[in-house]
Amino acid sequence: MIAFAIKYKAVWAFWSLALLAMLLMPQFFDEWELLQMMIYVIMAILALSLAFIWGVGGILSFGQGVFFGLGAYSYAVAALNFGETTGALVLAVAIPALFAAALGYFLFYGRISDVYLGAITLTVTLILFDLMNSTSGPQYRIGKAALGGFNGMPSIPRLNVPGFADWSLTTTQLFCVCIGALAVVYAGLKFVAASDFGRVVVAIRENETRADLLGYDSRRFKLATFVIGGGIAGLAGCLFANWGAYTSPTVFALGQSVQIIIWVVVGGLGTFVGPILGSFLIEWLTNYVGAQNLVDTSLILGIVLTLFVLMLPSGLVPSARQVLQSVTRRWGTDSESNSASTKAAREIATEISGGRS
Amino acid sequence: MNFVFAASIEVVTGIATLMLVVLGLSIIFGMMRVINLAHGEFLMLGAYTTITATNHGANIFFSILVVAPIVVGVIGLLVERIVIRRLYGRIVDTMLATWGLSLVFIGVVTTIFGNTTEGISSPIGPVTIGNISISGYKFFIIGVTASALLGLWLLLKKTRFGLIARATMQNRDMVAAVGVNSDRIYAVTFALGAGLAGLAGSVLAPIMGIVPTMGAVYVAKAFITVIGGGSAILIGTISASAIFGAVDRITSFATTPVIGEVALLISAIILVRLLPQGITGRFFRGGI
Repeated sequence: MIAFAIKYKAVWAFWSLALLAMLLMPQFFDEWELLQMMIYVIMAILALSLAFIWGVGGILSFGQGVFFGLGAYSYAVAALNFGETTGALVLAVAIPALFAAALGYFLFYGRISDVYLGAITLTVTLILFDLMNSTSGPQYRIGKAALGGFNGMPSIPRLNVPGFADWSLTTTQLFCVCIGALAVVYAGLKFVAASDFGRVVVAIRENETRADLLGYDSRRFKLATFVIGGGIAGLAGCLFANWGAYTSPTVFALGQSVQIIIWVVVGGLGTFVGPILGSFLIEWLTNYVGAQNLVDTSLILGIVLTLFVLMLPSGLVPSARQVLQSVTRRWGTDSESNSASTKAAREIATEISGGRS
Repeated sequence: MNFVFAASIEVVTGIATLMLVVLGLSIIFGMMRVINLAHGEFLMLGAYTTITATNHGANIFFSILVVAPIVVGVIGLLVERIVIRRLYGRIVDTMLATWGLSLVFIGVVTTIFGNTTEGISSPIGPVTIGNISISGYKFFIIGVTASALLGLWLLLKKTRFGLIARATMQNRDMVAAVGVNSDRIYAVTFALGAGLAGLAGSVLAPIMGIVPTMGAVYVAKAFITVIGGGSAILIGTISASAIFGAVDRITSFATTPVIGEVALLISAIILVRLLPQGITGRFFRGGI
């Protein structure tokens, strides 16, 4: 019961923050700045998708970019064809989820795991990258939408209010939609991880054979986890296509998929807040170093990443929690009542690693 | 007849190129379980070393066959000592750290050479056989690959180092218990893998456009080929490269190079799905 209340607490805190951001940030920043910040929010959603399937489900997918890119392209093609974008939004989640279902069926029902799963998802990414790159030319079009090959697809229409094709969202409204989507995804994943389903998924991550012997069909649970992650990545892709009104095959590039893994590792595998922070941090660093022309961007990013793996392998959030715990343990003897935050941290840690309290 | 001959040379060259590209990774991943995402950058470094050495007046064959493998091997040794040795057994971390390293390499090379495409001309001109003309460099690639495979087989099977290296990969603690410095074996093996990657890059240098980001093309293809090959390094590399390289080239002939590459990747996926332990997990068991 306590665990449940605390879980609510994290979600409420997150939602209050999101609401504050929606109300206050448009007051302080102009549309251009909001557009700059929107990409961080979108990437945070993408980070959450992998945080769920890897952190909770233990499935390391090298191909999370596949679903992200499929979401972006599905939205682009559907929006250009329909004119009205509600159907496009639905398709942008459904098509990646369906693709994840097909790929997941192929993988999990073939008992593929570990490195082999990584190799296959990586390869799928490359296949889509190759294929999309070679679709330049007028003969490659779906309905009214030309795929454009390596030039990408420009002038993708923005989301509109459902039912009103002419009522497109302004940048400020789109920003609020992105924040809202992040809050909903965060809360949803939190609840799923805490549900019975989530506990079985964690049990399978910890010991697949044991879960199988207890009567849970691990293949089915992994498949469901994979599909949820695919759908969320698709949503992020849809928002990404909205953000720049543009998408290109680089969404399928190896770097994109690896970047998502980096966010999760830097933030902390097994948490949800961690990968969000990780994506903010890495994106900010990329932009910051890219903006000043002194040093090469990839040089700095590479050094940061390598140092992170060597010095702080468990990631920012878990390491910070450890420090917090040791500090509070030293200060107060009755840490039980004294340090709600440490307790909350411990609860969340056990929640994700599958313990009940 | 001529067409068949030319086509088969083309296919064999494709297979040989893939084998050469994969060989270094099959040592580093197959023997040491390090997912080396910087493999493509080792190739890139090999290519740049060749260009630099040749432009400074070295004989081109000397820079391809000697300078580049040694330089990249030394870089590999440093990388192993500084980063990789802290990460053995943590397979995901090796992947992330080597991805970081690959970014560092790209960054350094971009800073030094700039983001432009470089190249050197092929040192061997066309060879005329019958009434068809084939680039002689293709025979050079095939020859280098064959020698590299033979050399590696001799090294692993016939020398004391090879014996100890194979034993170390099987059971590190046991080897350490009988008094071998297993740290050193790991370091040398990693350097060997890096050096072979450097050789692949230098051999490809005259037939490729060389840019700092060229490695990305190779790393995934090499990775899936190694996985497809399975645990036996040499036989696995040879058999998986033979299948995938042939699929790639034959499909490329029939359609376009892009479709050829896609066919390679799809056949790799199907192979790994059918034989998760790789080809040598099912056939040729106990080979190297």
